[in-house]
Amino acid sequence: MSTPTKEAAEPASKIDMKESGGGGEVPSFEITLQVRRYDPEFSDEARWDEWQLTMYGTDRVLDALHKVKWNIDGSLTFRRSCAHGVCGSDAMRINGRNRLACKVLLKDLDTSKPIMVEPIKGLPVEKDLIVDMEPFFQSYREIMPFMVNNSPAPTAERLQSPEDRERFDDTTKCILCAACTSSCPVFWTDGQYFGPAAIVNAHRFIFDSRDDAGDMRLEVLNDKEGVWRCRTTFNCTDACPRGIEVTKAIQEVKRAVLTRSM
Amino acid sequence: MTQTKGTLYKGSGGMWSWVGHRITGVGIFFFLLVHVLDTSLVRVSPEAYDAVIGAYKNPIMIIGEIGLVGAIVFHAFNGLRIILVDFWSKGTRYHKQMLWAVMGLWVIVMIGFTARHVMLFLDGWGGF
Ligand code: HEM
Ligand code: SF4
Ligand code: FES
Repeated sequence: MSTPTKEAAEPASKIDMKESGGGGEVPSFEITLQVRRYDPEFSDEARWDEWQLTMYGTDRVLDALHKVKWNIDGSLTFRRSCAHGVCGSDAMRINGRNRLACKVLLKDLDTSKPIMVEPIKGLPVEKDLIVDMEPFFQSYREIMPFMVNNSPAPTAERLQSPEDRERFDDTTKCILCAACTSSCPVFWTDGQYFGPAAIVNAHRFIFDSRDDAGDMRLEVLNDKEGVWRCRTTFNCTDACPRGIEVTKAIQEVKRAVLTRSM
Repeated sequence: MTQTKGTLYKGSGGMWSWVGHRITGVGIFFFLLVHVLDTSLVRVSPEAYDAVIGAYKNPIMIIGEIGLVGAIVFHAFNGLRIILVDFWSKGTRYHKQMLWAVMGLWVIVMIGFTARHVMLFLDGWGGF
């Protein structure tokens, strides 16, 4: 057993690894992140905060927010859970458009300009990027987002043909992120409007052949705050992170209200 | 940062066509309101009517009329686009293409109208 001369060797080997690592350096780039902040404990006025960050090609806007929250300013407040576009927690306005922070890669944005992040519009801001989602979920509950079937429960599944399943496939994909509803100019000025997400989720059951409460939902949405508020601006369709054809679903519900009453 | 206001929502063609549709709709409404009043003057006093309608021949009114026709033409074509989005089952898929068609038709009609309107004005409204 030889006695190693430890103190001389170790730093040298570390430098060696860095220079001959072979993997190459992961390319990084600089971004300027601006976040619209609001904290009622300090001020009734919202303000913009700005940070310069070094980020990497695989980073998303959510990673930039994490970097700020974990390393620079722990008071930055936002919602996120899955970080992979499934839970619908982190809808926010990124460079003026509603997006999920966990689905927008920084490298796809124009990094020569500041990246601007704001809370979604039309819902009361509680702190920074967190809004009160209750009005949104209230509309959702009102359209009865559950299967209603009045015939006796069969011993096995309730069967449905592939064609009948296809009829409402698009609207099954909703993750209730509110990107659509809070992108709607009608919703900004009339918070009572049911909004795209509630209509999308009504569509999911109205066109389900196994469901028996379609007429009741059409009744709910024939309200003055229902589908007729829609002005087809297509902001919702552009905003939906699941690629749901939101305006198409709303138009189908409008037509269903018409054909039912005729 | 000194900027205290939030940013404008970056909607695309669909949102701006709606903004345009509402502005032109409300604008046409107010024009018609005034126009019904000035036209009804003819029953009160034909001379007063001639004087008021004569004001339409002034160059500022010519520009105003081109603007009015522009608003009506946009509202009308875009109105047909909205009807297709509402009642044609594929309308929502083609709303962008239809907006381009609306703008193309608008340009064609406005070139024709503006040319004729300015020509008539320069001719001193011969025949009017
Ligand atoms: C030329 C024939 C016209 C057509 C084809 C037409 C078509 C339409 C359509 C389809 C809408 C519904 C828009 C939507 O669902 O978002 C609408 C809205 C409207 N129209 Fe017209 N319109 C015409 C003439 C007029 C005239 C003459 C006026 C004014 C007196 C007018 C004023 C309005 C207004 C104020 C709105 C409401 C806009 C909104 O809610 O955003 N329109 N028009
Ligand atoms: S329809 Fe799309 S944008 Fe709207 S709540 Fe569902 S997933 Fe979000
Ligand atoms: S964090 Fe779950 S959708 Fe973005």
